[in-house]
Amino acid sequence: MSPRREQFSAGVAAVAPMLPGVAPFGVIAGLTAVGTGLSSAQAMAMSVAIFAGASQLATLQLVADGAMPAIILLTVFTINLRFSMYSASLAPHFQHLGRRWRLPLAYVLVDQNYALGIRHYRQGKSGTAEFGHWFFLGAGITLWLTWQAATAIGVFMGASVPRDWSLDFAIPLVFMVLLVPTLQDRPHIAAAVTGGTVATLAASMPLHLGIVTGALCGIAAGVWFEHRAEAK
Amino acid sequence: MSDTTLWLTIIGAGLCTWLLRLSFIELWQWMSVPPLLNRALRYVPPAVLAALVVPALVRSGGAIDISPDNLRLMSGIVAATVAWFSRNVLLTLAVGMGMLWLLESVI
Repeated sequence: MSPRREQFSAGVAAVAPMLPGVAPFGVIAGLTAVGTGLSSAQAMAMSVAIFAGASQLATLQLVADGAMPAIILLTVFTINLRFSMYSASLAPHFQHLGRRWRLPLAYVLVDQNYALGIRHYRQGKSGTAEFGHWFFLGAGITLWLTWQAATAIGVFMGASVPRDWSLDFAIPLVFMVLLVPTLQDRPHIAAAVTGGTVATLAASMPLHLGIVTGALCGIAAGVWFEHRAEAK
Repeated sequence: MSDTTLWLTIIGAGLCTWLLRLSFIELWQWMSVPPLLNRALRYVPPAVLAALVVPALVRSGGAIDISPDNLRLMSGIVAATVAWFSRNVLLTLAVGMGMLWLLESVI
């Protein structure tokens, strides 16, 4: 097997066990999009354009609440800030590649293939330094196809689900499952407690800025707690 | 929101997300990540996710309500316990939604 194909298949194989965890989020994204009143085309376009679950669900919530587009964009920006951290961490491994590679590689960057990709680069098996982006691409394309297929299933199901099933409640449930593994130490817990409390108190702020305000205060609390722990 | 505005919002949100993903992959040659930013970014996931979850439960009807009458809060607490111990998406969804449907039909 050529090193490219070998890396690509290894990426697909590495991400496969994660797919059953990813698919339900995609189904919920499609289902809620239709429930919020988006057309099937808009619901699919959202998964293709954004390709990031938490920000898609937050967008839908804000659309339902009648928020301004600028506020929606600001909220999406805040939720997806973590991608710039992944971007910085992967950057040294992508520098030998041209733009033709870097632009699409960035597009398929999500939590799962970031975690797998960076571990793969650190293991540093032969051929990885040069061809590791094929591993990252293999995992990324697999996740992308799963996400789109799951969204399509959700869109399809959404047409037949009655409104009084309170399906919008699935959104906080999904966020909950994502939240739990992030609570790894005291600064992270402080970030969550502060973020949740401030967002709740700020929810009546004008312009639907509650999420952004809560998130920024939570981030500040995390940094402060970490700093304090170090100072001791 | 009009149809055109919705389309533009979707495309804008996509573009914004892609630019964040691309950010330091492109900027790497010109600048490194400032250490404070790097530190702050690690707290984005817990802060953001809690900011999304907590108001959805505590203010499910609009106003702050931490009484047992708030069915979404009650179902959410049960689901959070399941999420904490299982970390399983489908199980958490099933228990949370099932709990809410049960409470809504009983009360």
